[in-house]
Amino acid sequence: MKLETFQLIDRIVDLNLDTKTIVVEADVPPECHSVFSGHFPGYPIMPGVLLTEAMAQSSGWLILGLTKFERMPFLAMVREAKMRGFVPPGSLLTIEAKIEHEGSGFAVTSAKVRIGKDVKCNAELTFRHVPFPSPDLRVHMDAMATRIGFPQQALSAAGNE
Amino acid sequence: MSSTFEQIANIIAETCDIPRDTIKPESHAIDDLGIDSLDFLDIAFAIDKAFGIKMPLEKWTQEVNDGKATTEQYFVLKNLADRIDELVAAKNAGAGTGS
Repeated sequence: MKLETFQLIDRIVDLNLDTKTIVVEADVPPECHSVFSGHFPGYPIMPGVLLTEAMAQSSGWLILGLTKFERMPFLAMVREAKMRGFVPPGSLLTIEAKIEHEGSGFAVTSAKVRIGKDVKCNAELTFRHVPFPSPDLRVHMDAMATRIGFPQQALSAAGNE
Repeated sequence: MSSTFEQIANIIAETCDIPRDTIKPESHAIDDLGIDSLDFLDIAFAIDKAFGIKMPLEKWTQEVNDGKATTEQYFVLKNLADRIDELVAAKNAGAGTGS
């Protein structure tokens, strides 16, 4: 994670455009990170809003894959977000997301964050997706895709709808 | 089995916390009921699921923006119900698999 630039996930472990699922990993910063100086002094845990954002970014990469990088997803709604357990500094997070519904110009996902087998949070997320509104954003997302190991081969391997 | 209008009225009432008895076939979702785009996203999700369809919201919006259709054609609820019936019929005829 690079919290300063709001990069909440580190690598894509698996992307399956046929089953419309994604698995990513994220390394929670160590205790010395400034986020933990206030959240909370003497009892550092990851803020739930950042875990929710991690689920949103994971879902977003899945939607980017499904739309073949032609449309950019934007988080529109968070439903039933449940923080089920504390996430301490230095944790390795596994984040899973799947498509629940593909609408016209929007998509709904369900996502959960695990440490090992323990589910720490989950939510249902709704995204609007639109054609890339800025060429710079598209360039940025391409660079990010490379950084987190977006499997480009998944795009060509996906079955036709 | 309740009518298409009854189903979407119930969805709107539940999704947007609008009293059911204020939702009429002649109601305009935006102008009369004050439903905003985010709430309509939620309604579209519920309608898609309930009817097993994919409402072509982007196509409809484009038609309105291009002046080829009016918002009344899609967002007055009795008309929306007709559009949904058409989509369901197309799906049942095996012609509704595209987006």
